[in-house]
Amino acid sequence: MVAARILLLKRAVFATCLLPLVVLALDAFRRGLGANPIAAIEHSTGRWALVFLLVTLSVTPLRKLTGYYWLLRLRRMFGLYAFFYVCLHVLAYVILDQFFDWTAMFNDIAMRPFMTVGFASFVMLIPLALTATNAMVQRLGSKRWQALHRLIYVIAIGSVLHYLWLVKLNKTQPDIYGGILAILLGFRIIVAMGRLVRRAMVGRALKLPASGAN
Amino acid sequence: MLIAKSPDIRPSEITDEAVYNGRRRFLMAASVATASLFLTDVSAADSSPDLPKLPPARRSPVSTSERPTTYRDITHYNNYYEFATDKYSPATLAASLVTRPWTVGVDGAVRRPRTYDIDELLKMNPLEERIYRHRCVEAWSMVIPWVGFPLNRLIRQLEPTGRAKFVKFETLYDPKEMPGQRSDILHWPYVEGLRMDEAMHPLTILAVGLYGRVLPNQDGAPVRLVVPWKYGFKSIKSIVRISFVEKQPLTTWVRAVPSEYGFYSNVNPHDDHTLWSQARERRIGDFFKRPTLMFNGYGDQVAQLYRGMDLNRYF
Repeated sequence: MVAARILLLKRAVFATCLLPLVVLALDAFRRGLGANPIAAIEHSTGRWALVFLLVTLSVTPLRKLTGYYWLLRLRRMFGLYAFFYVCLHVLAYVILDQFFDWTAMFNDIAMRPFMTVGFASFVMLIPLALTATNAMVQRLGSKRWQALHRLIYVIAIGSVLHYLWLVKLNKTQPDIYGGILAILLGFRIIVAMGRLVRRAMVGRALKLPASGAN
Repeated sequence: MLIAKSPDIRPSEITDEAVYNGRRRFLMAASVATASLFLTDVSAADSSPDLPKLPPARRSPVSTSERPTTYRDITHYNNYYEFATDKYSPATLAASLVTRPWTVGVDGAVRRPRTYDIDELLKMNPLEERIYRHRCVEAWSMVIPWVGFPLNRLIRQLEPTGRAKFVKFETLYDPKEMPGQRSDILHWPYVEGLRMDEAMHPLTILAVGLYGRVLPNQDGAPVRLVVPWKYGFKSIKSIVRISFVEKQPLTTWVRAVPSEYGFYSNVNPHDDHTLWSQARERRIGDFFKRPTLMFNGYGDQVAQLYRGMDLNRYF
């Protein structure tokens, strides 16, 4: 795709990713958010954060399956939108839900597994958001940058667990998110195993030890 | 039994719901676009109850003087897993529940087992308005103007024998009318229970109405239990059977997650749920959380029921 079209696409995607927030705000002003608006805001922002994490993780598999390299140009924006909705989610909890009651929040994080894993995922996402610029990729070197950004796998698993563990009985929704995540991570495992097998075969063909330093 | 009388107002002194909602609407219209708009149910005013009115209920001295939660919120934020596991859809899904004809069978250790028709229960004289605090185990709460009568009046008519140690209640089982029962997330029918002295306590009522009208389906029509010092799930909805038994019944949530839910489930700010601190609660309609009170603030009336019991063990 030519640069002008990619720019156009980026702008369209940027606007689309804001829609969940716009809809939430419109709902709040026009109809209210039901009997428990604070819970509604927490649930909506949390759900969209999870959606954007999964969208970010689906870029690589989709690129490999379709060959559309321009998809890669959108990945950073999806990742930053995940961070954006996570921040709204955390702010809703800190301000609206707990109103800066640090003791209560500390107890929540220390004593409730779903809060521990949610908080840890949020904290791990911060360095990824801070190193999302091209300049940071260069400063870190792409190897180290990539290693750091593999944290996204842990974060995504943590986020699904956060959802799974906070639901009282009906686990259908978190199971769906977990299932999609399993497919996205499974794809990577299969690709990585395929690479290992290929390397081993090439190594044997060249009569070199397969586990050699290559 | 002596019931401590709380500071109190007559039902007539309570702002009429229509006026209340009108004022709310006015305030809404007048308020500029502030954050408060996010936090208030703007649609509260648009539901005018269309259920039949009950005969005027006499005032009850045990009612709280706190401001009742709006009719809209009480009827659109319901945990009723027989219909759905979210709190919003029971308001529409519960329309499939048929509450006429309806009977409540009584059996077990009573001298006069019998079956009540719902219309008999509605005519139990006199019906009272009881404005109770309602505390959900999920750390939110409401103030609800129930209409009903003390359960002990019914129990006295039945003449329980000495073998009656517990009262067991059952909700209707009918997956056609209650679509949530087609999934097995809980064991159906829903079962709840009380110790005999809890059932006989004057604060324990069978409710048949809300805001002066017949109970809406999503709130447990046509007849439900209300035990205001216990978490909301103890107050079983849409009752079809009451049994007097010798052994403590295995209640639905205890059966589902025994580590988390106990038979007693008295409101207790010192005993946390794995998912929620129980120290504070959000009153629906409020922004700030408030401290949760032991026995939901009914300790003066009910604490003596549990004297000598380790409430952390018997949660």
